[in-house]
Amino acid sequence: MLRLTKKDISLLVVVIVLTMLAPFLLNPFPSDSGLAQFNAGYPDLMQKFVIFGIFAIGFNILFGLTGYLSFGHAAFLGVGSYAAVWMYKLVSYNVLPAVVLAVIVAGLFSVLIGYVSLRRSGIYFSILTLAFAQMSFALAYSVLSNPSFNLTNGETGLQVYANDPQIFHGDHLPNFPHLFGLSMGSTYKMAAGAWEFQFNVAYYFCAIFMILAFYLSMRLVRSPFGLILRAVKTNQTRLNYTGLNTRPYTLAAFVISGMYAGLAGGLLAATDPLAGAERMQWTASGEVVLMTILGGVGTLIGPILGAGFIKYLENIFSKINDNVLHQWFSFMPDGIEDLMVMIIHPFVGKGWHLTLGLMFMLVVTFLPGGLVEGGQRIKTWWANRKSSDKAGKPASTPAE
Amino acid sequence: MGILEVQGVNKAFGGLKALSDVNLNVEENTIHAIIGPNGAGKSTLLNCFIGKLIPDTGSVVFNGTSLLGIKPHEINQLGVSRVFQTPEIFSDLSVFENVMIPCFAKRDGAFKLNALSRVLGQRDVREKAEQMLVDVNMADKRDMIASSLSRGDKRRLEMAMCLAQDPKLLLLDEPTAGMARADTNNTIDLLHEIKSKRDITMAIIEHDMHVVFSLAQKISVLAQGTVIVEDMPENIKGHPKVQEAYLGTPAEG
Repeated sequence: MLRLTKKDISLLVVVIVLTMLAPFLLNPFPSDSGLAQFNAGYPDLMQKFVIFGIFAIGFNILFGLTGYLSFGHAAFLGVGSYAAVWMYKLVSYNVLPAVVLAVIVAGLFSVLIGYVSLRRSGIYFSILTLAFAQMSFALAYSVLSNPSFNLTNGETGLQVYANDPQIFHGDHLPNFPHLFGLSMGSTYKMAAGAWEFQFNVAYYFCAIFMILAFYLSMRLVRSPFGLILRAVKTNQTRLNYTGLNTRPYTLAAFVISGMYAGLAGGLLAATDPLAGAERMQWTASGEVVLMTILGGVGTLIGPILGAGFIKYLENIFSKINDNVLHQWFSFMPDGIEDLMVMIIHPFVGKGWHLTLGLMFMLVVTFLPGGLVEGGQRIKTWWANRKSSDKAGKPASTPAE
Repeated sequence: MGILEVQGVNKAFGGLKALSDVNLNVEENTIHAIIGPNGAGKSTLLNCFIGKLIPDTGSVVFNGTSLLGIKPHEINQLGVSRVFQTPEIFSDLSVFENVMIPCFAKRDGAFKLNALSRVLGQRDVREKAEQMLVDVNMADKRDMIASSLSRGDKRRLEMAMCLAQDPKLLLLDEPTAGMARADTNNTIDLLHEIKSKRDITMAIIEHDMHVVFSLAQKISVLAQGTVIVEDMPENIKGHPKVQEAYLGTPAEG
């Protein structure tokens, strides 16, 4: 029914189980224990996992398959958010039409940018996309925000005001994004002993979209279209001399990944009805590149892992401050404690990007295939160990 | 009436005149060899047939359609395929995937957005690709990654990819360059076999005279950018102009 191979179906099932049980899985430490700060099972962070997962899955369709490295994908995310908030302002707080509009607007926008940028490849393509994204940022930040024509509300960010039309908004509906009356902000809290698990509507709403997005990307990779996109990456010359017009293929890939970004942007606005220009900035575009590479370029699950990994570390590391560090090292003598805190201090809190940079260097150097390659290596190592155990061979290396 | 008619083609790169007034007529269903010393303009001429280069003046007509000013993929869709001197294959993909892509190009045209159907479900394409690999004796290497093939296998793979499109005209640029004698003979046999099985015209650039005289039904000799002789193989060997082009004039020698 799903038209997937057995292996792909099991991967899909794993993703579904992990996302559905995330409130449990990400909350392993009791709320009052010292390790509770490593918990990630709260709505805010879980929403980010799945939303940026969608963003990275879409980015991987372009970068992973065709090899075209876009440095401006955050523009589509930002456009999606703006479109969604405009839907709130004009129509209603219902998230479904907002998300649909976000995807459509991001799709149209990416046709425009893709059509121009894809006339070049390699570094020139990357620079063109970067330039477009920075132009979009400038437009959103200042140009399109003036008293006579205020599309983006500039620095403040676009948000819903009491005097907005909202023609389908009723008094019985929540004053927050909702799905036919079910507020995105509502969270069911389940206490179980020392643990507290939180089930948030917006999280599950976004998670369902991520599962759909993942399934679609799987179908795409296994399709003739996906095969030809992979061929674009390895030899475009041969494709042209094989009777295939590469331009529409790359443009289609670009637009599809732009729509994924738009979906992610729309969902960001579904969790919090606010859209700011900073979402379009080049750092945001760079972040999705890091996510995809960290997770594993061109793999199905890699982008999701990379997105989760970066968002988790971002949250955890930026929460750690000197007080927490002093607590950790309190068992040491005073002088050494201060020294340890001093050494680690630059890497946590506001300096967490330093940690991210180091981690990125390590992964790219030692695991070019990202976390997925790491997983595979562990699997092979484990399988080898097992098989050598079974055969009763000594675990030593063979003589050379 | 030839399948490929080249008339008065000129091509200059800056001050260097690579082709001057080339006339060539490739008859349908023949193997036509283009030979000539290094720098005679053979590869330049071939590039003019596939849209890689556009001649400055002159005409190139394939099967009644002018090839000038149309894109490489459009020329290919008309039925012209090329095997390159250095094999152009999809190195990161498996051998089988390499052959499936031209099958898709043949079936679906220059662009089709079939992003939701499965490669596994395309029985016609898969069967055709399997058959192509059998035809070039590579069925056992089906799942290898193309970059790990030997040079000879890469050439055979490229040949399979071109044949998968059932081209009317197959252009071969030195198909045996750098091959050992045994491999060269295998390639000759392979080309003969291909020729006997289907309606195909081949234009072949080659340095190895053994290959040329085993295959060609007609030979054009290119020297200093122009065709000096076009004749049957038996008349070529002893032709004074050909000897002059390859060995220089007797007086100079």
